[in-house]
Amino acid sequence: MKRLDTLLKGIVRENPIFVLVLGMCPTLGTTSSAFAGMSMGLATLFVLVFSNVGISLVKDFIPSKVRIPAYIVLIASIVTALQMLIQAYLPDVYEKLGIFIPLIVVNCIVLGRAEAFASKNSTADSALDAIGIGVGFTMALTLLGSVREVLGGGTIFGMRLYGGYDILGFVLAPGAFIALAYIMAIFNRAAAKSKRAKTEQAASKEM
Amino acid sequence: MEYIAIVIGAIFVNNVVLAQFWGICPFLGVSSRVSTAIGMGAAVTLVMTVSSVLLYLLQYFVLVPFEMEYMQTIVFILVIAALVQMIEFIIKKTSPSLYRALGIFLPLITTNCAVLGVALAMTMKGYGLIPSVLYSAGSGIGFALALVLFAGLRERLALNCVPAAMKGVPIALVTAGILAMAFMGFSGLV
Repeated sequence: MKRLDTLLKGIVRENPIFVLVLGMCPTLGTTSSAFAGMSMGLATLFVLVFSNVGISLVKDFIPSKVRIPAYIVLIASIVTALQMLIQAYLPDVYEKLGIFIPLIVVNCIVLGRAEAFASKNSTADSALDAIGIGVGFTMALTLLGSVREVLGGGTIFGMRLYGGYDILGFVLAPGAFIALAYIMAIFNRAAAKSKRAKTEQAASKEM
Repeated sequence: MEYIAIVIGAIFVNNVVLAQFWGICPFLGVSSRVSTAIGMGAAVTLVMTVSSVLLYLLQYFVLVPFEMEYMQTIVFILVIAALVQMIEFIIKKTSPSLYRALGIFLPLITTNCAVLGVALAMTMKGYGLIPSVLYSAGSGIGFALALVLFAGLRERLALNCVPAAMKGVPIALVTAGILAMAFMGFSGLV
């Protein structure tokens, strides 16, 4: 049960973007289309899993004082490998994501999970945590990318939904901030409602 | 003449935060007070400028001659991490109050997408040494400018009635979006 909880909490309850507010740079920079958002999420998921597993495997061999630089080197190596793989096998994804692929190294989520979780837990738990957070991140990015793509051009994943009502602002810089703000607000509202419902339920049970 | 274009471009037209989306985490985290924002902006500008010189030399005298460009990400981030440690030490000695005010955000400059992003962009654009330094310094100033403007806005925002769901990050993001819209007016300047 605890394993399942580790896996699922990263998707909604501790969603890295809407709840923890980490990893904002790629969130705003790569979500001008749903496909780009999803690709970025999957790339980060890849790095998260390998870095969490890697760090939990070597955590006992790294002295505490140099752990942050050591984690950074490990994460940077994984990202470099990923960058070369994407450049070789998925060139259009490489074009779309551009400079944001090497920037996964400084994605607060990756280093944050390594420091907060992988350095203290077993390999299996670390892997589950990484998958959970990565899936949550990917879902959030895909959602934001879809919203921006639909409102900005009337397409989703390249398929045209409607025409003639494009709001260019959503594909450009300001739209990213504003779209994310409102999705976050809706998420907050839903979370607050469900929390209120739970406390009311608990209170009525006690009565 | 083109140097001025690079600097103006870096500060206003392609503002690191508002146009390129780098450095959002500290942008949202350190911008609640103008004084802290100024300190943070200055620290980031310093890191960016110094690192641009070091990384330029590393790139063109070590990585390229030995055909080790694939090591770029790893080497760059390590140099930035070491530099931030050093600057943290210097700030601790020269201005303990600033050190306390910045708190955890000072070591977090290492994970600031903007610093690594600007360094990678400068090598991608193929600038010489002086343009690289100007580009990095300009980007830092642009970051500081966006941060200070945003802090000023947020200080006012904290005194207003905001709906519960929008409190905190969402309303800050809407404000940032409007600020980004304003900065879009600079496009076409250079």
